[in-house]
Amino acid sequence: MIGLEFLNIAPQRFAEQAPALVVVGPLIAACAAVLAPGRRWAWFLCVGASAFAFWMAVVLASEVARQGVISYAMGGFPAPLGIEFRVDALSAMFALLISGMAVLTAVFSGESLETEIMSSKHPLMQGGFLTCLAGLLGLVLTGDAFNAFVFLEISSIGVYAMIAMGGARDRRAYPAAFNYLIMGTIGATFYLIGVGFLYAATGTLNMADIAARIPTLTSDRSIEVGLAFILIGLALKAAVFPLHQWLPAAYSHAPSMIVVFLSATATKASVYLIIRYLSTVFAFDWQVETAFMAFVLAPLSVAGILICSMQAAVDPEIRRILAYSSVAQVGYMTLAIATATSAGVSAALFHLFNHGVMKAALFMAIGGAAIHLKSQRLSDFAGAAKSAPWTMTAFGIAALSLLGAPLTAGFLSKLRLIQSLVAADWGWAAAVIGLSSLIGVFYVGRIFEVVFFRSEPEGGSAVREAPVSILLPLWLLAIANIWFGIDATIPLGLAESAAGAVMGATTLSPAGAP
Amino acid sequence: MIDALATGYVYAIIVAMMMASLFVLLTTGNLIRKMIGLSLFQTTAGLFYIALSKVGGGTAPIIIDAESAVGQARAARLDPAYVEHFGVDGVVYGNPLPHVLILTAIVVGVATLSVGLAIAVRVREAYGDTELDAVRRADAAASEPEPPGPRGRPNA
Repeated sequence: MIGLEFLNIAPQRFAEQAPALVVVGPLIAACAAVLAPGRRWAWFLCVGASAFAFWMAVVLASEVARQGVISYAMGGFPAPLGIEFRVDALSAMFALLISGMAVLTAVFSGESLETEIMSSKHPLMQGGFLTCLAGLLGLVLTGDAFNAFVFLEISSIGVYAMIAMGGARDRRAYPAAFNYLIMGTIGATFYLIGVGFLYAATGTLNMADIAARIPTLTSDRSIEVGLAFILIGLALKAAVFPLHQWLPAAYSHAPSMIVVFLSATATKASVYLIIRYLSTVFAFDWQVETAFMAFVLAPLSVAGILICSMQAAVDPEIRRILAYSSVAQVGYMTLAIATATSAGVSAALFHLFNHGVMKAALFMAIGGAAIHLKSQRLSDFAGAAKSAPWTMTAFGIAALSLLGAPLTAGFLSKLRLIQSLVAADWGWAAAVIGLSSLIGVFYVGRIFEVVFFRSEPEGGSAVREAPVSILLPLWLLAIANIWFGIDATIPLGLAESAAGAVMGATTLSPAGAP
Repeated sequence: MIDALATGYVYAIIVAMMMASLFVLLTTGNLIRKMIGLSLFQTTAGLFYIALSKVGGGTAPIIIDAESAVGQARAARLDPAYVEHFGVDGVVYGNPLPHVLILTAIVVGVATLSVGLAIAVRVREAYGDTELDAVRRADAAASEPEPPGPRGRPNA
């Protein structure tokens, strides 16, 4: 399925424990990294643990492709009383994306942290990163509603601390981290309250069990309230417009390493939970839910796409431009999910994957190029392509992909999005995506003009070529952007089987497959 | 309505507290007060769970060994027909699961609170203030390039 099956060489007894190991590995490594004697050791642990998690995720994904849903009873207590890790194609896809991005971020982090954080703090930073990784992986694998809350908070607390670590370089990181903490905790508490309502109505916390019991209930008022609380809480975490205010500040002042990782994974994990609740826990055909998606989620997505694209078009700071664009891209995903069709969910997942690949590359290039540059104003990147050609070429490729230029991953996923919207008779929504792509031309064009066509400032640009350990993951992502733009078998296969797993359909629209 | 109030007044109180804490959280600009509001909000979510777990007339879910001294004393106190049917430990008891869940949520809350307060300390060190308005003003002043015009220095 993913071309990495050859990695599935773990002994059987070992592979059986993969759902637990994928989370436990980074968690133990996080403790070890904090205690590591030096920054080299911490970095080594970080790369090793991420690679281990990726390996386990590959094992999981190929097992899921082979035998279907894996149910793992944590601690040997069987579901529904015990905590169940339930891995289907959707979970496997997210585990692969998150752990894969973690490996690249971990490699990137070595040199990047060097210039941004005091070296005595590196082990703490790596520890926070691994905690966050463990939390996100647990979040996408668990089949227990309350357990998901705990994992959500484990990952978030690591993120708050890491964003605040950027304060040594840019003090605006402190209020940004604080606001994110407030909004994130409100979101998580809303989720907690929602789970409480579901528990009150169904008497169980296992997601599959809740799904099985909902149809047997006579009154569903508390289910409706629970759904509302859960979705609002998760929308806060996923930065769905208008609950996105924390994101641009957090992304523009945090250390590059964490922004690279967050932009590719953290809001995506919340999108995962939204999909999980909308499709697996509640059936998509439930009336309240279809009403919610048509009258709340879709208009908010459209507003988010347009308003945030425009904000990206006028902002002077390069990282904030990318952050606003991220909110707009989350809007694309929720818009496609709101169609409640299998093709829509599959297109949303496909775009989510591609967006992770392109945004990680963009932030990585900015982080690498700006190693000697304190400012993030777009104007300071004038002529950067001349002083850092390799870094900026990769940046350019990813930016074209963000724009949706043909032969890049972004083009194919936008095509799929538009096809799925048209197929669902949402032509107006497809038009919105077209319009926002036009605005995208404007803000990407602005960046291009400054980076590639403007002459260097007097005395030479402060931007320098990034070191090899940054160029390596960066170019891997840039090549992936082109590769997946020509041959999208891997992301498309993942997205379609994931959508099939949650939508209960095996045959999906064959249209648009390259 | 009266019935709903008689049995559900706990929830009304919890919702009122929840809204009050959210109000504090969203209206104050002081970092410490925000953390207080946040903690209260999390606590009310916990209270909600605890209220759910209460079963009318229920006691603590403790299993009593019928052979032990406590069990004997209890059997002597209870109606023999009741003991015959339910056993000494066969009483109605509250659902213990929400208590365990909230124990976990409290731990999460403590962690969030400590991280939040630590960041608040950092904000004060960096800006000399714990009011978000002052922080915003300081940032706006710092990010504006020197204004052209009155003070005469042309903007490069």
